[in-house]
Amino acid sequence: MTATLTPVKKRSALTKGQLPKWAPYLVLGIALVLGAAILALIGFNALGWGLVSAIIFAIGLVGWSGAVEGSRRAKDKLATCLVVGAFLIALLPLFSVIWTVLVNGLPGLMDPGFLTTSMNGVTGAFDNKTVEEGAPVVGGIFHALIGTLLITVLATIISVPVGLLTAVYLVEYGNDRPLARAITFFVDVMTGIPSIVAGLFAAAFFFAVVGPGTKTGAVAAVALSVLMIPVVVRSSEEMLKIVPNELREAAYALGVRKWRTILKVVIPTAISGIASGVTLAIARVIGETAPILVTAGFATSINYNVFSGWMASLPTFIYTQILNPTSPSNPDPSSQRAWGAALVLIILVMVLNLGARLIARMFAPKTGR
Amino acid sequence: MTTTSLTTSRGAGRAGDKVFSAATLAAGCLILAVLFGVALFLLIQAFPALVASPDEIQGGKGFFSYIWPIVIGTLIAAVIALVIATPVAIGVALFISHFAPRKLASGLGYVIDLLAAIPSVVYGAWGAAFLAKEISPAYNWLANNMGWLPIFQGPASATGKTILTAGIVLSVMILPIITSLSREIFLQTPKLHEEAALALGATRWEMIRMAVLPFGRPGVISAVMLGLGRALGETMAVALVLSSGALTASLIQSGNQTIAAEIALNFPEASGLKVNTLIAAGLVLFVITLGVNMIARWIISRHKEFSGAN
Repeated sequence: MTATLTPVKKRSALTKGQLPKWAPYLVLGIALVLGAAILALIGFNALGWGLVSAIIFAIGLVGWSGAVEGSRRAKDKLATCLVVGAFLIALLPLFSVIWTVLVNGLPGLMDPGFLTTSMNGVTGAFDNKTVEEGAPVVGGIFHALIGTLLITVLATIISVPVGLLTAVYLVEYGNDRPLARAITFFVDVMTGIPSIVAGLFAAAFFFAVVGPGTKTGAVAAVALSVLMIPVVVRSSEEMLKIVPNELREAAYALGVRKWRTILKVVIPTAISGIASGVTLAIARVIGETAPILVTAGFATSINYNVFSGWMASLPTFIYTQILNPTSPSNPDPSSQRAWGAALVLIILVMVLNLGARLIARMFAPKTGR
Repeated sequence: MTTTSLTTSRGAGRAGDKVFSAATLAAGCLILAVLFGVALFLLIQAFPALVASPDEIQGGKGFFSYIWPIVIGTLIAAVIALVIATPVAIGVALFISHFAPRKLASGLGYVIDLLAAIPSVVYGAWGAAFLAKEISPAYNWLANNMGWLPIFQGPASATGKTILTAGIVLSVMILPIITSLSREIFLQTPKLHEEAALALGATRWEMIRMAVLPFGRPGVISAVMLGLGRALGETMAVALVLSSGALTASLIQSGNQTIAAEIALNFPEASGLKVNTLIAAGLVLFVITLGVNMIARWIISRHKEFSGAN
């Protein structure tokens, strides 16, 4: 009688033949120590330490599991290790890119006048002086900021009405007609158009219509619209689709015309999703380089007119400063400006991305009753 | 009389209806027209290069011998990117859909989406300034130990600015595309299939192999094809990273060139027939990517019809 009441230390039959809960942590600890030891022999670096430890961890855990739990469980553990490893590998470039841009870009951004001056009149002589005599880096990205802003705004003005109306057609009028299906299919295909081909299209179009060699901000805006419209259509379509049919039917039952129903009921209900989709589309095109390069060229001075003259933009500024430094013999000031501009561009894109999430959350229709 | 008063209403409303539906239809048709126009205007502007006498084209041997090395270069870069990105992307998609804790999953998905948000020119700058430098010792090792393979033939590039580096940067850029599409497909796997596998005693990996992967295969294939389309057309990563040259088999020497980078590097200063030649190159790229994308979309749309399995 008393024997059954004392707590049994033996492991239950249900968990027999399984690794204990703490097994992965133990193996991880051993792997980290072993990895550090091996790396100490051949020269320490953090990446190598992580890699070696991960391999030892995987081999150790899978081997132990194979010995105790059998081959099926071992395979399961191996798959888990590989999948988690894949995720960690995917994070490496993300952190590496952000770290590289932060480290290289902050000195440029800290420069007084970086955001408020253009590259007009900045020649290689200034950069040589900077390197040789320690003079401050001159020049800035103001002209590129203006260009990016104007081109993106114009592209948005073109894309949003076209994209939104198309989405309305697909959801409200399309009824799965052949035309609607064709539009859906080709919008999907359009999302895959290489950005440089979109740029070439806009260039070829204006070359044929206006005259050869036409390169202005407006051409770039048309190129960006080609890339932006499909994104706007897809996101707006998804958002219009999830508007409950009851809302439409209620409006029809009150005798409201279809177009007024769409404008006053359907679109306001979906506006948060549409706005966040548009913001994401802007974030996508604001970093496009190739289409602007072939349509707006690159300028060093401020140009407020999108309809005439070459125009700079942040991505093309980065590109030209890296590829054709202002002073070929001393590329360091140029690369500092390029990284500063890259940091500004990344901050812009991240702010737009976060903004899209905030818009979606703040203006979401209240569904609770 | 009463029936007419029910069916007629103020003219403004009816006109508004017509105008509005016509506007939406016009917008839809405009998109089709734009896609058609892309092909048309590229063709018009490319035409002079296609019919020009061979010695007028850059290289002096006609358009075909100008375009095929860079088509091959484009394919090499895209294939490298796919070989690296596909397994990692499927792993990441599985991690987010089936391995990560539920509460973390959407946040982790957002982190991967951040990879897609970084502009391509920044990737190019990163590849040229950071990755190429860090990776060149590995190329030396490859050249010394695997040099008997034609693709790793030495001497390795001292700067690391090779087609392999460009391919690695491309793989980072297409990773989020393949991941997000595969993740969506994996999440659509019928719950009953998964639970049935688990109830029969399958481990998590066996469940994934028996229920998730067979279900997701068409979706994953089309996701990979879309990634391929992106990798084929990506410009900046290659233009900034690769120090281009003639077509070579070795991936770790400088050399090779892709269509998109060729256009970006030469178009701003081009004039005369050179412009037409580059636009013709763009047309070739457009046709290739259009083909790849249409096949991918066709697979997806065919898959849609039977994906309502649950």
